[in-house]
Amino acid sequence: MKNFKIAWRNLWRKPWRTIITSGSIFFGVIFTALMTSMQYGSYDSMIDNVVKFYSGYMQIFTEKYYENKTINNTFKLNDSILEIVRTTPEITQYTSRLEYFTLASSEELTRGAMVIGIEPESENRVTNLKKWVNEGHYLNKGDKGVLVAIDLAKYLHIGIGDSLVLYGQGFHGVMAAGIYPVKGILKFPSPELNKQFIYMDLTTAQTFFSAPDRLSSFVLMVEDHYHLTAAMNQLRKKIKAPFTVMSWDELQPELVSMIEADKAGGVFMKAILYMIITFGIFGTILMMISERKRELGVMIAIGMQRHKLGIILFIETLLMGLLGALSGLLASIPLVYYFFKNPIPLTGDAAKTMIEMGIEPYMYFSMHPKVFYTQAIIVFIITMVIALFPIYKAFTLKLISALRA
Amino acid sequence: MNVIEIKDLVKIYNSSEVQVKAVNGITVNFEEGEFTAVVGPSGSGKTTFLNMLGGLDRPTSGSVRIGGTEVWDLSSRKLIDFRMNNIGFVFQSYNLIPVLTAGENVEFIMHLQGRPKKERTERTKEMLEAMGIGDRIKSRPAKLSGGQQQRVAVARALASKPEFILADEPTANLDSHSTSELLELMSKMNKKYNTTFIFATHDQRVMDKARRIITIEDGKILSDEKFKR
Ligand SMILES: Nc1ncnc2c1ncn2[C@@H]1O[C@H](COP(=O)(O)OP(=O)(O)OP(=O)(O)O)[C@@H](O)[C@H]1O
Ligand SMILES: [Mg+2]
Repeated sequence: MKNFKIAWRNLWRKPWRTIITSGSIFFGVIFTALMTSMQYGSYDSMIDNVVKFYSGYMQIFTEKYYENKTINNTFKLNDSILEIVRTTPEITQYTSRLEYFTLASSEELTRGAMVIGIEPESENRVTNLKKWVNEGHYLNKGDKGVLVAIDLAKYLHIGIGDSLVLYGQGFHGVMAAGIYPVKGILKFPSPELNKQFIYMDLTTAQTFFSAPDRLSSFVLMVEDHYHLTAAMNQLRKKIKAPFTVMSWDELQPELVSMIEADKAGGVFMKAILYMIITFGIFGTILMMISERKRELGVMIAIGMQRHKLGIILFIETLLMGLLGALSGLLASIPLVYYFFKNPIPLTGDAAKTMIEMGIEPYMYFSMHPKVFYTQAIIVFIITMVIALFPIYKAFTLKLISALRA
Repeated sequence: MNVIEIKDLVKIYNSSEVQVKAVNGITVNFEEGEFTAVVGPSGSGKTTFLNMLGGLDRPTSGSVRIGGTEVWDLSSRKLIDFRMNNIGFVFQSYNLIPVLTAGENVEFIMHLQGRPKKERTERTKEMLEAMGIGDRIKSRPAKLSGGQQQRVAVARALASKPEFILADEPTANLDSHSTSELLELMSKMNKKYNTTFIFATHDQRVMDKARRIITIEDGKILSDEKFKR
């Protein structure tokens, strides 16, 4: 307690120096917390968007289907898979899909398209498909009509109520053919999707492809990507060949590598910032020790053991670090919360790209606890390491030259 | 009875090519209750001698025995504890821990010695009052005059109940009034507690009060005289 008192008072001998040093930590923590929050926020929204846009967080399909996405590698959903999914608590939603390529024709034009058979209600819960309906109506269960993506519809010169002829290959080489009325036009943010997607009811699609009860993939959702690992661990244990389960990051490796690259950039920036802070604290400690050389010498001379002196200096350094880190942490919480509630709208090219990728053009911030505690832990470790220096000094201080100082 | 026995004490500094024999063979004893001044011209080796005697600076050769203990045979940790329990120090200036009050400075050393709270509080008060600064117990050193600071330093040295007190030019930074006050008080303490005081000094007034004067020149004892005062 005595040590703590001396350390605390020493801290305020040169109040401005302590304030400036702690202040640099304070602003460093706020800045890195904001930066980390922004990074996490943007990853969260990217992942969320991509996942909710199409892939879902996880998909179950056959191993063969993953290698070769043909109609012949589809599967029948059995009770055991349903049971596994239902007993995994992290899983919040699921929906079935059957998808395959086919040709789409109007009176005079033909084009390749991707038919996606969906369960209208659960699909909407998972991917919010309904919100992309630009004209006409969304599908109902058992609907015989189809939803056509806008550019495809334009190319084929068809609109609501017109007939669309589909033909291609069905299950095991059976000829697939049918005429379907256009019930709605879909307008996605991505031109790529607008060119090729046709949605229809799952059973209608199964009939079209002569593949009753068959699915190409079973799409699963969790609350957010922080719950993914737990769910995946359970599913991996239980889902056996010929089936397999994959998470969004395995399904979309490009997005993962983009996030990883961005993260690495962030780490680099944070490392530089923390290095500046480290040198700041270190400089202060060096100055403090050289100024107090004589005083430290007197303390050892009159009978203070060097390790006790070291403890005082250690506490002093630690207090300075904690003061900055804790105050920075306290200040960053409301600040990050403000941006969490009020994401920053983006403009210009970046915004356009994001819209095209189906991501809302906002800079999002995350309130994940990790954002905060990592900064506190990093500063704590830095100060701990720096605080070893005064201990070293206490042990190596040359008594006579200190007393002559 | 001898408190301190010093034999053939030598200190050689090897600074860039020149060898300085700061202390060059001193043999001398100190008895309990002495009030002794070590005098000599600047550079004669007074500080070096006192530092070796006080367990602060390791001699090149020779022996320092305090109360029967061969000081320079102790490990560095034991030596620090030995200083804490046996030697009181008063330096020329900046003796005190600036962040502690006068009272806390006096208490500090007893705290290191592990004395109980009650004893510490009482003794702190007693020592500061004996040194005539009982009213400044709550003042930080920066708020005290040079003379008052030295008095706190003496109070601190006495508080640890040492075998003897070493004071290297304790009055060098004081005006004549403060000097005579401090001397008066130290002489009073010397008589009251029978504590041995050893000074290094240039100050004629200190010499006038001393009952023994050891004169050093070129690291050797030139004369050793005792006076009845
Ligand atoms: N660390 C050192 N390295 C080299 N020489 C030293 C060192 N300390 C002291 N000396 C030399 O030793 C000699 C004695 O010095 P010391 O400080 O003991 O003298 P002093 O009698 O106390 O002088 P003063 O009256 O000026 O305080 C001097 O010549 C000094 O230059
Ligand atoms: Mg000297």
